[in-house]
Amino acid sequence: MTFKSSLELLAFHNVAYSIYAFIIISIIAWFGYNLTRKEKVKSVVRIPFYTYIAFLVAGGVGHHIFTYNTIPWVSQDITRDEIKPDATYNFEITKHKWKLPAKQIVIQCGQKVLFNVKSNDLVYGFGLFRQDGSMVMQMQVNPGSKNDILWTFLHNGEFDLTSTEYAGPHQYDENGNDLMRVKKLIKVIGCKEDGGNK
Amino acid sequence: MSLVKNLINGTNFDHKSLNALQKVTLRAVVMSFLFFGLVAIEGMIMRLVQAHAPIPNQFYHPEHYFSIMTVHPIVGIFGSTYQLVFAAFMFLVPFLTKKPLYSVKLANYVWLLITIGTALAWLSAFFTHYAPLYTLYWPLPADTEQFNLIGGIVFIIGVALIMIGTLGFIYNIYATIFARVGVHKDKTTKELLISGFGIDGMLNLWNKLVGKQPYSKEPALALPVVAIFRGTVDTFLDAIVILGAGILVLIYLIFDASGHSLNVASIDALLYKNFFWWGLDLVADGLVLIYVAGSWYLLATLITGQKLFMENVARAALMLELLVSWMVWSHHLLGDQGQPEMMKLISGEMVTAFELLTQGLALFITLVTLWKARPLKMTMELKYLLGGLVGFGLAIPAAIIQADMGMNRVLHNTQWIIMAHVHIALIVGLYMTLYSALYVLWPIVTNNTKMFSSKLSNAHFWLYLIGGVGMGAFGGMAGLDGMLRRHLYVHGEFNTYMVLAAICGSMVLIAWVIFLFNIVMSIGIKGLIGIFLPAEDKSASYGIEPESVAQNHK
Repeated sequence: MTFKSSLELLAFHNVAYSIYAFIIISIIAWFGYNLTRKEKVKSVVRIPFYTYIAFLVAGGVGHHIFTYNTIPWVSQDITRDEIKPDATYNFEITKHKWKLPAKQIVIQCGQKVLFNVKSNDLVYGFGLFRQDGSMVMQMQVNPGSKNDILWTFLHNGEFDLTSTEYAGPHQYDENGNDLMRVKKLIKVIGCKEDGGNK
Repeated sequence: MSLVKNLINGTNFDHKSLNALQKVTLRAVVMSFLFFGLVAIEGMIMRLVQAHAPIPNQFYHPEHYFSIMTVHPIVGIFGSTYQLVFAAFMFLVPFLTKKPLYSVKLANYVWLLITIGTALAWLSAFFTHYAPLYTLYWPLPADTEQFNLIGGIVFIIGVALIMIGTLGFIYNIYATIFARVGVHKDKTTKELLISGFGIDGMLNLWNKLVGKQPYSKEPALALPVVAIFRGTVDTFLDAIVILGAGILVLIYLIFDASGHSLNVASIDALLYKNFFWWGLDLVADGLVLIYVAGSWYLLATLITGQKLFMENVARAALMLELLVSWMVWSHHLLGDQGQPEMMKLISGEMVTAFELLTQGLALFITLVTLWKARPLKMTMELKYLLGGLVGFGLAIPAAIIQADMGMNRVLHNTQWIIMAHVHIALIVGLYMTLYSALYVLWPIVTNNTKMFSSKLSNAHFWLYLIGGVGMGAFGGMAGLDGMLRRHLYVHGEFNTYMVLAAICGSMVLIAWVIFLFNIVMSIGIKGLIGIFLPAEDKSASYGIEPESVAQNHK
């Protein structure tokens, strides 16, 4: 099992967490109801203490093992210094304005692309978004630090760029429009599947 | 009695019968709930902007919007939550240890300082639109091109006053715990320290494993006091860090005002982030979780009238939480590429995952303690306690999910973390626990004042629970769809979720109005004013014979 994009991952996450939320609310509600009953309650399932603790430990650790093995960008991110990118794009930000490497960046499907972002003043973010507003990925951009991310696009689409970290109200005009949003900056082509929208 | 008479006189509340400890407790509680109303209104304004509602244009202006976003957590966490928690603990520590509070005067300064500090921070944001957000990411708070310099100085002074008030609370708590009077007359500082850190529980467990006699059959401090003791360590460290950051910002602003600006690049932004999150995270992952666990244990034993299940494990777990809370801050920096990968892995992922264990353990112990005491009457305090358990049952895994390098890449800074985790943890988990404590302590602190209406109490409970969970859930769903948390959307991009979240948010606001009405009708306006008048009975304790206190002081 591998998640090819954030859409697949977040859809899975949405279902899994909703099921969990339903279960935990039901358990506490069941407890609440039975706490007041005089007659003896038959347990639905008996969970020994140490099994419960083992379950919590397995849940906490297993979650990371699961994501490491199913989300492709995790291992790529950790080892990015050892991987030679197919293309590198350098960005700079000064006073809420981007200095972009090109008006539009066209990327071939499956290419390993390194985005290297430098901030000359404040803490910003670097986030790519689909046309429906869903997030492809993001990272923080700190002044004085290395802010690079290696990314592989596995779906076609056009993606907007904006800062994902608040750096003061000057990011917006007086009507609240985001001045750092660059529409359709990145275009991915050559994949079998489109991944531009949900 | 007519409604008007009730409004003026309350049910049977007599403020003159309250002693100094009861009055100072209630003063902070009143301020806390007033700030809660303010924070709920602020939250609703932001929600209405995000839902693209037809409200005055000024709310859509980025300066105005982000100044609300800046003071929202200051008012909510410090003005409301800190005050309520501090009030409860400055009453509970003397009550549980059967010793007088070290200083009622200091307790009065605490609520006054926090109230004034919160008001100053709020006023600076309101009038000057100073808006670096609570995260104060360097060098934004010192950016005088975007923000008013005087506004910044007033804001930082406000936050500093809150932290000084917090240090006052800490001093009062420890001075009370370590006072060798009453039941602790013959205890040494070492014994109290060992018990305070939960080491006796750990040694008891160890001795049991190796077949020895328990280290301590009667621990020096009751378990809830241990939780307060432990959580207060984190409260102290957090206050020092926030105060330190505040002083740094203040120095830069003052130099700027004098016309000799300092170079902001002298401070490394990422290092500052590490320092700041280490301290700030002690609020979320330290004192909140520990205070809450302690409150659950106390409430479970008070509601059931029985001993806590697995008390030694609970004591030891509080010690474990100490270590965990100091080492988890990197989960806030998983999106920072300059942060060393090993720190992300160990602190951000692995140690953070331990919170699932410590909080899961607290949930288990509380539920089993309640279960063993069946059948119980479904009182308001029990209802709220169960609501609090639901809140943390939902909020903790929501955070653990994001404290992962893979998930963080697509969830960091989205509405997921602030709504599905933070708001559910605070509004549902923490506040419902505090409401439970309020219903338990109400007869003690108010000398058996009758609550005006149980129907209103129930209406408050259900509206609050459904509204709180609903708001967090719809906000969280918007986050999964890419909605950022510190961003302004003016084109109705996530309208459906935001309208639903606003409906649920208004339920929380209405619940607060109902709760406040119920309380005012119970104590009356005369009683409300009377709380702020000096107490005739100067006692700083509750439930102890005056003679024994006097003897113990000798």
